[in-house]
Amino acid sequence: MENTKTLIYDGSFNGFLTAVFIAFEEKINVSDIQRNSHGQNGLFSETETIFTDVHKAKRVWNGIRNKSHNAISNVYFAFLSETDGIELMLFTYIQKLMASKNGKQLDYSDGIVLRISQLARSVGREKHRMEAFVRFQLTKDEIYFANIEPDFDVLPLISKHFRNRYADQQWLIYDVKRKYGIHYNLEHVELVSLNLKEVHFNKVHKSDAFLSEEYDYQTLWNDYFKSTNIKSRINRKLHTQHVPKRYWKYLSEKKETA
Amino acid sequence: MNFDRIQEKLNILADAAKYDVSCASSGSNRTNTNKGLGDASKMGICHSYTEDGRCVSLLKILLTNHCIFDCAYCVTRKSNDVKRAAFKIQEVVDLTINFYRRNYIEGLFLSSGIFKNADYTMERLIAVAKKLREEENFNGYIHLKSIPDTSDELMYEAGLYADRLSVNIEVPTISGLKLLAPDKKHEDFTKPMLKVKNELLRFKNERKIIKSTPKYAPAGQSTQMIVGATGETDKDIMYSATYYYKKYHMKRVYYSGYVPVAEDSRLPSIGSQVPMLRENRLYQTDWLLRFYGFAVNEILDKEHPNLDIDVDPKLSWALRNMHHFPVDVNTADKRMLARIPGLGMRSVEKIVNARRFRKLNWDHLKKIGVALNRAKYFMVCDSRNWERRDLDAEKIKGMILQTSSGKFRSQYSNQLALFN
Repeated sequence: MENTKTLIYDGSFNGFLTAVFIAFEEKINVSDIQRNSHGQNGLFSETETIFTDVHKAKRVWNGIRNKSHNAISNVYFAFLSETDGIELMLFTYIQKLMASKNGKQLDYSDGIVLRISQLARSVGREKHRMEAFVRFQLTKDEIYFANIEPDFDVLPLISKHFRNRYADQQWLIYDVKRKYGIHYNLEHVELVSLNLKEVHFNKVHKSDAFLSEEYDYQTLWNDYFKSTNIKSRINRKLHTQHVPKRYWKYLSEKKETA
Repeated sequence: MNFDRIQEKLNILADAAKYDVSCASSGSNRTNTNKGLGDASKMGICHSYTEDGRCVSLLKILLTNHCIFDCAYCVTRKSNDVKRAAFKIQEVVDLTINFYRRNYIEGLFLSSGIFKNADYTMERLIAVAKKLREEENFNGYIHLKSIPDTSDELMYEAGLYADRLSVNIEVPTISGLKLLAPDKKHEDFTKPMLKVKNELLRFKNERKIIKSTPKYAPAGQSTQMIVGATGETDKDIMYSATYYYKKYHMKRVYYSGYVPVAEDSRLPSIGSQVPMLRENRLYQTDWLLRFYGFAVNEILDKEHPNLDIDVDPKLSWALRNMHHFPVDVNTADKRMLARIPGLGMRSVEKIVNARRFRKLNWDHLKKIGVALNRAKYFMVCDSRNWERRDLDAEKIKGMILQTSSGKFRSQYSNQLALFN
């Protein structure tokens, strides 16, 4: 039991990668990797606080990527799932990957590999859903504004998508649960952390933050949504399967039902 | 914007367009390069789903529901007594842009009733697309419905602005078409399709020499057939689909279960059920043909002109071809793995990857996500017990039906499967 330690990092992805770097370099027998806010230190293991070092993080990133492109995206996506104990699982995953001769092929019959790829897929699914379900509302100061409340921390994953798509309008997507947003100012995307007093659900009542024209378009969209439905083919189960209820309060076409 | 008037038009013209099931916004490659609006990339996005469970990806509307034709299956037919409306070109442009900016849609799907004649109508559809591209700098997805009998010049122009073009052949057999759409000829559909196909080929060739050749319908062309309106068999439908895939290089063929919209002695009566299960089986077959390496005559032939209702087409094929099974998952090639009922292409990939590391047994397969309730009768793996024992096809089918719970389960009886 020499050199058994719990590594404490700052919660950032780079911080986690730094921890992995140090664990490998110092041949630490890692008993856990925890974010500093967690504070659940094991009773008998020593702790070491990791200071995020972008250079070291980058070396780990490149190391994994050189083994497999698939693996690096799995690691990043699964990390964003914020699942309890994800750090230790990812650490084991990276160890296995580094030890394997043929890193390109992932061994799906291995429990950890399968679990990580499943988590990564769930996060990927929600990333895709957020690209679909963001509903911008045009504010009086000409910013297209949207609230989201995803299960996983997907803002970093969707930023590029929206930047490519809405290059000529200012927009802000705000994660209500994690209290930060991404803002595009016609030049680039930046992280903003703000504490909004009011969460803009798609309520039927109007907020004076938005132009009245905004509500006209919401009504048109709502109407369109209704008139494009074929009543003789109704299938509500399929409908809720595709559009889970937890997203409804932010969907303008679901205004009345939410 | 005269909101009330637009609202009324939108209701009428969205309602009339909903029977066109094509909704995909995928397969294009129009990227946002000049700080414009929109980006039509390979992967499509469904922004919402209607209460009937279909995806909403594009603003799907008619430019007008005035029509000079009288096709029996169509809500917009001239003899139908419905409210008529027509959008102005600018109105469609404004709606598209404003919906797109709010992230409601991937783009526009524009179809139309026929006012005057084919070319006159088509010119207007093209004008909308042109305005979106050239004045609004819009790079989102545009699907234009080609009006049957449109001239070659206009089909050429349409492809310069649209991502996808489609002409609906609507009725899968020529005799059915004569019966239900007496104003239309088979050639009215195929001529514009042929033009598009040839332009796509020409673009591909010129592109090799001149990189800057303007894009021509980068997401290709598609078509739609109505199912269950004229008593055609599944074989008629799938053979005809195969023909369009091969001959006209279709990206997609859509199958639309006929929704009764007219009281007409030639058609199923109003209130009769939409053949949704049949439609589902046709899509499954379409998938087997495009992604699983099946040939159409393996699934449908003279003796089997219709797809089974109680089991999916791959299982049905396997039950008729028991001599190919059991397949050994640890050694079989991809083509054969893909033919095992219950194995999708994703599972096939995972199996091929995983078996490099170790021999796979039932536990591994279960974890990978194979639908073992079907697959176990058709495969052997690194486990001793082989589920098939001395079961014959009938028994296997019965056992699978007893343990499965498909979404259409309530529509057929378990008893029938066991005793017929």
